[in-house]
Amino acid sequence: MWQAFRNEHHAAGFEVVTVALDTAGPEACRRFIELGQPEHPSLIDAHHQVAELFGVVNIPNAVWIDEAGTIVRPPEPAPAPPTFRHLTANIFAGVSEVPERMKAIMGEAMHIQSSPEAYEAALVDWITNGADSEFALSPADVIARSGPRSADAAKGAAHFELATHLELQGHHDAAISHFRIAHELVPDNFSYRRQAWSLEPGGDGPMERFWQGPTDDDDGAWPYDGDWLTDVRAMGPSNYYPTWQA
Amino acid sequence: MLSTTPTVPTDQFEARTGWAFKPEGACKGEVCIPLATPPGDTVDLEEIAAALQLPLVHDEAHDVWAIGPESIGGRTLTTAEAADLTLPRIDAGHEGEMFSLSSLRGQKVLLVAWAPY
Repeated sequence: MWQAFRNEHHAAGFEVVTVALDTAGPEACRRFIELGQPEHPSLIDAHHQVAELFGVVNIPNAVWIDEAGTIVRPPEPAPAPPTFRHLTANIFAGVSEVPERMKAIMGEAMHIQSSPEAYEAALVDWITNGADSEFALSPADVIARSGPRSADAAKGAAHFELATHLELQGHHDAAISHFRIAHELVPDNFSYRRQAWSLEPGGDGPMERFWQGPTDDDDGAWPYDGDWLTDVRAMGPSNYYPTWQA
Repeated sequence: MLSTTPTVPTDQFEARTGWAFKPEGACKGEVCIPLATPPGDTVDLEEIAAALQLPLVHDEAHDVWAIGPESIGGRTLTTAEAADLTLPRIDAGHEGEMFSLSSLRGQKVLLVAWAPY
């Protein structure tokens, strides 16, 4: 998704590393990888280590790390460059009948105010000017701007890792119990929710994993308190995915 | 960090959590917490959880432990020093190879989290 931008700036000492947060594994990411054809390292993070180690709470999020391995911007909303939009459009090309729920989800998603141009400009400024860039933050600011974490939220991360582990071991029901605790203890982590929801059966076809909620015929079977559409409507799309701020 | 035993090899604990055992204690970035008894080859999860105030959750039915991250200072980042994230690659030609973020020292890195859902 960042391949073109990466190629443009790679010679200047810049690299992109993408991390797919998905317990469902590499196979689930394959069609995106095939479309994006990344030449940069692309990793799979089945247990959401980037949540624990960096504080990623939604996707897409990105972290800026300088030549010395110091974080200069903590996780924040990171709108993909415009090229990625064409790619996502390709994923959905050929889908003739869009279910009502997916139309509603796309409707909410359209209200997300991202600012890909401002974000890209800031990134180029940092690549060019390094520590002198106004967008490169001091270590103290990086820590201060990293998300809050209470002792309960830390415990929620442990439950989340148990959940992903049990899911991979084939203990889906046990995984749900730990996912539910993680959701309760870390309410600001939206990828924890999206991950769990996306592991439940949804609509058919390429949009299946975006369904993330009860299906029309199994309303009582949905094992979670929230779902994507209900939660995003309740919190508002701009709180769900805030606009990037310098 | 997951474990099916109540103790884990010290090097694995350090690699996965980012805590490093030094003469002055358990350290992450500039933060060091003195330890009464420094670990040898293995780390006792219950002891280290108490010393560093890390959450430790045990799923008894499946006999597996998960030790969670610190919440020092109430922020997700204890230090601006990037953790040495190490994960398998999924890009063509490199599938399954382990990749560590520290191998990119000397370059600026944009670490992008995404998901196919």
